[in-house]
Amino acid sequence: MKLSAAAIVAACGTAALALLPLAVPPYYTGLMIPFYGYAIALLGFNLLFGYTGLLSFGHAMFLGVGAYGAAILSGVAGVKSFELVLLTVMFAACVIALPVGALCVRYTGIFFGMLTLAFGMLFHSFLFKFYYLTGGDSGMRVARMNIFGLEFARYNKIEFLAGPFYYYCLGLMIVAGFVMWRVVNSPFGLHLKTVRDNARKAEYLGVHVHRFRLAAFVISAAFGAAGGAILGFRVGLADPELVYWTQSGQLVFMAVLGGFSNFFGPIVGALTFTVLQDQLQSLTEYWRFVLGAILALMVIGFPEGIAGLAADLRRRIAGKTA
Amino acid sequence: MSAFANIVAGGVFHAAVLFLVAAGLQLVFGVQKIVNLACGSFYALGAYFGITFIGYAHQYGVSEWLILPGLIISGLLLGFIGPPIERMLRTVYDRDESFQLLLTFALVLMFQDVYKFVWGANPRSLDSGYLIYGTISAGDFSVPVYNLLVIAAAIAVAAGLGGFLQRTNYGRILRATAENRAMAEALGVDVRRIYSVVFTLGAVLGTTAGALVVPTAAASLDMAIEFVIEAFAVVVIGGLGSMRGALAGALVGLIRAFSILLYPELEVLAIYLIVVAVLIFRPAGLFGRTLA
Repeated sequence: MKLSAAAIVAACGTAALALLPLAVPPYYTGLMIPFYGYAIALLGFNLLFGYTGLLSFGHAMFLGVGAYGAAILSGVAGVKSFELVLLTVMFAACVIALPVGALCVRYTGIFFGMLTLAFGMLFHSFLFKFYYLTGGDSGMRVARMNIFGLEFARYNKIEFLAGPFYYYCLGLMIVAGFVMWRVVNSPFGLHLKTVRDNARKAEYLGVHVHRFRLAAFVISAAFGAAGGAILGFRVGLADPELVYWTQSGQLVFMAVLGGFSNFFGPIVGALTFTVLQDQLQSLTEYWRFVLGAILALMVIGFPEGIAGLAADLRRRIAGKTA
Repeated sequence: MSAFANIVAGGVFHAAVLFLVAAGLQLVFGVQKIVNLACGSFYALGAYFGITFIGYAHQYGVSEWLILPGLIISGLLLGFIGPPIERMLRTVYDRDESFQLLLTFALVLMFQDVYKFVWGANPRSLDSGYLIYGTISAGDFSVPVYNLLVIAAAIAVAAGLGGFLQRTNYGRILRATAENRAMAEALGVDVRRIYSVVFTLGAVLGTTAGALVVPTAAASLDMAIEFVIEAFAVVVIGGLGSMRGALAGALVGLIRAFSILLYPELEVLAIYLIVVAVLIFRPAGLFGRTLA
């Protein structure tokens, strides 16, 4: 059987991530949890941005749906199974994304971005202001949950996150990546690319442009909620910061950093961003400046992102040997 | 009744400041087709620099009566940051709008830390009294004269900008460039220069607004990211690229003031509800032309 380049990349990446807890201190293993959360959310985000050509500037809303959903289910309703929480928040995200998406996908470009931003901020101010429902700026607690019905009671939270939950999230990301791979390489994915490249022509050829955009929006929302649930579980808190527009900007940042025209770009971007932010924060209190400068450099000089740079490098090496 | 009047006065003051920032945003979008997220950062810069500027002025014994002109001058002085930033944005004019948005987002991140470095993380406020101009009061109702002067200044700016764009030769060239860049260029307009001027003008509107608001509110690191969203709401409600729209949209300042009175939870929510409604029913905004 001939292995494709993508399969090799995926296998190597998985192996490296699986061996990581053996090689680095638990602190870094714990740091990987938000990476998995962001990576899953970004896989969805990129279906919308990279494959459908719609830049959402309010996608953090769905992170919020995931985190707050997890808080309500685990804290208020007393649901202990993380799988059940995941499925429920993903479903909730779809239910919310349907009407929101139906309104948003009528527009493209800057108008789509603005409308999603407005919805995101609407959600944020709801979370922020309705104190008695959502805890306002102090947020809602996300209680500890079990995975596969196993409590891991002898682990404390940090050990749990660095141990079983690490591999659990790795598994989730692989499942999410596999599903997304199937989606973008299916006829459905091809439809999306057609819509991105030339919506009018697609329409002419009988593609229901709005319907496909809406489907991409809803799928990406479900991925976002799954990522948000992981983020909320890790911190043990769902707070409105997670939904603020700068957070949406950060998601776009990660996608561009990794390279949104590549399937693995968002994952690379999430990893780079998480590690970079952590390292910069320990080095200097002016980490935002450095991140901003990096973003500006990427946008001006390397719009293809890290994945694009890697592809460039590979081509150059291949060119030399040939 | 006086509570009502107080709220209206507060709302109009807020609207006046909002209008200035939104006008800058509109100008830049109208001519350069760039949504400048950093306009909130210019606003914050104006606020911080205004405090420093007035502080120095006091040390050198400048009269407290000159606080208003002093703040306006400090805002205008900041115009020097316009051209270099415009030069940076020039690299992405031909690219997808998502890149343009991201580059201005990068500016927001960088500016925030620059302010933190220069002015510290704690909010700063102006300690000298702007109440030197006195207050007008009737019963429970009272409004500082300073606020009225700022409102007047914003109206003057609105009239001045309108006159400049509609009646002067340079204004016509600006509008022609906004309408059709390639044609303007073919007719001999130095588009690069126009862009530089427009961006600087937009930045100055933001910095001046920030400087003017500083006697009544503290300058903080969060004001940049909070205010840009509000200015942005104004622009969407009024219609992207439309000056009259910015004026009308600024009235969300009033709506906000009223919702605080009626139902505090709705304060910010009300604005976004209107934004969403406008985008759904009139995506081009109340005063915008239909855009593709």
